[in-house]
Amino acid sequence: MATATGTVRTERVRGQFFLPAVITGFLALMLGLLGFEQFLNAMTLGAIYALIALGYTMVYGIIELINFAHGDVFMVATFVSIAVSTTLLGQTGAVLDIPTLIISLIVLFTVTIVVMALVGALIERLAYRPLRNAPKLAPLITAIGVSFILQNIIQFFVGPYITNVPQLFSTQWAFTIGESRVPLLNLFVIGSALFLMVVLQLFISRTKTGRAMRTTAMDRDASSLMGVDINRTIMITFLIGSGLAGAAGVIHGLYYGNTTFTLGFQSGLKAFTAAVLGGIGNTAGAALGGFLIAFVEVGAAAFGFGRWGGAIVFSLLVVFLIFRPTGLLGSSTGDRA
Amino acid sequence: MSTLTARFAPLRARSNAYFAQHRSLGVLVAVITIGVALPLISRIPPFGDLQSMNAWVNAFTIAGIYALLAVGLNVVIGFAGLLDLGYAAFFALGGYTYAIVASPFFDIHLPFWPMLIVGALIGAMFGIFLGAPTLRLRGDYLAIVTLGFGEIVPIVLLNADPFTGGTNGLGGVDKPVIPGILEFTLINPWPFYVLMMVMIALVMTVVFRLQDSRIGRAWDAVREDELAAESSGVNTVISKLQAFAVGAAIAGFVGVFNAAKLTIVAPDQFKFVVSISAVAAVVLGGMGNPVGVAVGAFVIYLVQSIFLKQLNTLVDNFNIPVLQEIDFLEFQYVLYGIVLVLMMLKRPQGIFPAKRRIRIFKDTVGGAK
Amino acid sequence: MSAAKGAPDLVLKATAITRRFGGLVAVNKVDFEIPRGMIAAIIGPNGAGKTTFFNVVAGIYAPTEGHIEINGKRLISPPTGASREPALLLVPLIPFIGLALYFLLVVGGLAGFYEGVLSVVLALLGFVSVLLLTIVRPLWYVRFIKRFGITRPARPNDMVEAGLARTFQNIRLYKSMTVLENILVGAHVHLRSGFLGTIFQTRRTRDEEASVERESRELLAFVGLAGTENEIATSLPYGKQRLLEIARALAGKPQLLLLDEPAAGMNPKETAEMTALIRRIRDEKNITILLIEHDMRVVMGISDRITVLDHGEKIAEGQPAEIRSNPKVIEAYLGRGAASGH
Ligand SMILES: Nc1ncnc2c1ncn2[C@@H]1O[C@H](COP(=O)(O)OP(=O)(O)OP(=O)(O)O)[C@@H](O)[C@H]1O
Ligand SMILES: [Mg+2]
Repeated sequence: MATATGTVRTERVRGQFFLPAVITGFLALMLGLLGFEQFLNAMTLGAIYALIALGYTMVYGIIELINFAHGDVFMVATFVSIAVSTTLLGQTGAVLDIPTLIISLIVLFTVTIVVMALVGALIERLAYRPLRNAPKLAPLITAIGVSFILQNIIQFFVGPYITNVPQLFSTQWAFTIGESRVPLLNLFVIGSALFLMVVLQLFISRTKTGRAMRTTAMDRDASSLMGVDINRTIMITFLIGSGLAGAAGVIHGLYYGNTTFTLGFQSGLKAFTAAVLGGIGNTAGAALGGFLIAFVEVGAAAFGFGRWGGAIVFSLLVVFLIFRPTGLLGSSTGDRA
Repeated sequence: MSTLTARFAPLRARSNAYFAQHRSLGVLVAVITIGVALPLISRIPPFGDLQSMNAWVNAFTIAGIYALLAVGLNVVIGFAGLLDLGYAAFFALGGYTYAIVASPFFDIHLPFWPMLIVGALIGAMFGIFLGAPTLRLRGDYLAIVTLGFGEIVPIVLLNADPFTGGTNGLGGVDKPVIPGILEFTLINPWPFYVLMMVMIALVMTVVFRLQDSRIGRAWDAVREDELAAESSGVNTVISKLQAFAVGAAIAGFVGVFNAAKLTIVAPDQFKFVVSISAVAAVVLGGMGNPVGVAVGAFVIYLVQSIFLKQLNTLVDNFNIPVLQEIDFLEFQYVLYGIVLVLMMLKRPQGIFPAKRRIRIFKDTVGGAK
Repeated sequence: MSAAKGAPDLVLKATAITRRFGGLVAVNKVDFEIPRGMIAAIIGPNGAGKTTFFNVVAGIYAPTEGHIEINGKRLISPPTGASREPALLLVPLIPFIGLALYFLLVVGGLAGFYEGVLSVVLALLGFVSVLLLTIVRPLWYVRFIKRFGITRPARPNDMVEAGLARTFQNIRLYKSMTVLENILVGAHVHLRSGFLGTIFQTRRTRDEEASVERESRELLAFVGLAGTENEIATSLPYGKQRLLEIARALAGKPQLLLLDEPAAGMNPKETAEMTALIRRIRDEKNITILLIEHDMRVVMGISDRITVLDHGEKIAEGQPAEIRSNPKVIEAYLGRGAASGH
């Protein structure tokens, strides 16, 4: 009896502290390896990937669709954020007045997130829902089509150039720790991404809708029998996923100050890899995967393999599919013979 | 009019039945007919006015390249039900294989004809390489891995300059030669056109024969119901690998031709759009129907390279500033997206849906019914 | 490992099969054997674990415990050491990567570069070859990895090759294919023509195709579907689809046929025909039959032996008459408390 509770307790303790310990260790290692500035850079990039990866993983978890258009939703968001900044807020550069800055950022995030959430839900309604019972290939092909349409709409209206995005949050603000310079922008970006992820986790674990999302992901038929409105739940999943991509778009714009119509393709591929790395369908895993991919990419660049970044990430995807298709946090199913 | 069609109906039924039994002969007859008819059509007024006969023949040859790509991709998507989004990569591998061994770059000049086969084999090999880690997993992982592969191959080609010539690619690729008889040239499009027709006949025959075989039936079964297929004794992994390898082989095969025809290969020629246009052709023509997808590819190519270009000149004549500014050629990309989405939503079986083949038992009926 | 002299000739021997789904024990320590030529039935209330047992036997679900022999050959046992298998992939990598490092770092220079690249390519080739082995999983490979304590249960297609065929509780035909093509797929394991034979239409390929087509038509006639060859499978009425599924299974020339509720949803006339067909399959084709069925007229009418599952456990086994009067069986069907409670 006593021994039994003992093992249970040690297991739980291990479960609670194992992962954070590994993560802390990893971060420390990266900090030492990359230096402070590159480390911050990777964390910021990771925040963006993580936000996009969440959308992939949530949608995949619930309807088993690789939403190829998701990367492009992120790309469109960067352009929407330009429109909001310049047209709605009338800003083209850094806003130095703190109260105005706060209000501008709140408006920028809110409007972009809402617009992208609606775009995502619209795509789901028009392109995916009619195919809910079609053969598996049909929504996949449709998703590719939507991705292509989004890209080329932007190319058509904006042109195939790299476009500047107003960086409302000044890139000049920084403080120094020892030798290294710490831009406030990085901290703001990482902070807001983490904030959104925590909100998402709370939403999924604490609310009724979040529970509906989880049960639908587990067994759609059963949860429909239990009175869960499947269409509504899927719609909400798209709303949230696309909203997060919207936030990622805003962050990308603020941080890098530019965008182009092919942005979604590359970032989408990397974010999807992040989702697979974390264990597809697992939101915490997707966030973790996003940061991991970013470190790989920034690390590769730091050691002079910048041109090969994409290839390295892709190889990582293949390696994971071979050795651990269920990802880092996914449990092995092992049902099939 | 109706009496006329009525009189020919039995003849048509008989010829249909005959060619259903002898598909290879049917392919030969069809390719010869089309091969002769196409250049003739280009003399007919609305077409003849657009461009010269040689330009038409050249356009048909390039359209043939896209048609063959669609036929190859159809083996993967239409037969086995696997989504391959990086098909252009295999096309590129075929092209670079030939360009490396038949250009001034390394100053090696191997003959064209055997390289067609080598290109196909290289394609198949890479198909297996890519399929092996992914095909035992869920089907949609294959889609994303092929997408990544299609992205990576041009990057590798771009950055591995010592072997691939980087951005500029490999130029001056050797054109085919039939020793003592014929040298292919850039000026005369006809030899390439005839060669293309021969290749179409070959590929179509092979694809039809595979479709009608134990291998092709296994593809169908895997696509329809993987679990049932396994329970019928089909090794589904092998079956999918075969489809993937055959598709990749056809792309490699056509890639060699493409390199010889253009006399240059460069990373830019093998971007994601090429893969997407092939998928669009397959979806448009009708997944699973080799003839349908070839027609689909033909149509897509001609629309984008002739019709949209003409639209530009046409609109320029109207002197409406807004319209003049639009480059309709840019529409081709949106076009692919729209084709994919609309076809999936409204007509997933494509313009020419695949039909099941009727089998007439030879022992008792013998030939036509 | 053939059966000892005097022992019955067992087609299937399942020993202590257990299958869990998470916390649910769908099949619990079931021992089951079936001698050649028998028609055996498994019955039990809904959710008793009958289909799960079939799926374990057919290689679709790996058993959690226990093992399965077909014709005295052990083909299925729980997977072990699966996490060790990927290590095999590294075997060809180690020497070649070592070679690559040697050429690139130790030799260096341009000469070393090309040899290094070659070594990397060889390493990749070796890696993919082993990877292909692990996914294609030929029999000799399975035997080989057993030495390292890695057991992989046979897959459904391996079981078909070993002489087993099955139908499904919910009909699973190849929907858009014709009736004849469905049967031809069923004969897949007995066909040998490969790529070259197919592409060049060699004599052997053509002969093989002609003979398999003839056999398939005979099979269709055998189950009473002659004349429907070129119809799309799903355009057949429900009862005929069931027949087609059985014909497809027969095309694999099995020694043991598993039928999951073959008479479900049939009217009395069709049921009687189905019963007759099952008997004919055994008598004329010498195929051992194991069926799951809820229709007691069918079960009592044709079974030589009946096994009763309840909550994943075997609660009774015997001839129809014994089963009919077994109090445990009555209890399982009529609910707890119907017989004396315990
Ligand atoms: N893949 C699976 N995952 C989880 N549970 C499963 C799975 N397959 C079967 N089960 C469960 O195992 C139990 C046995 O199911 P099974 O289908 O074997 O019953 P059965 O005897 O065939 O019933 P029926 O007569 O209704 O066909 C059921 O509780 C079922 O829910
Ligand atoms: Mg059942």
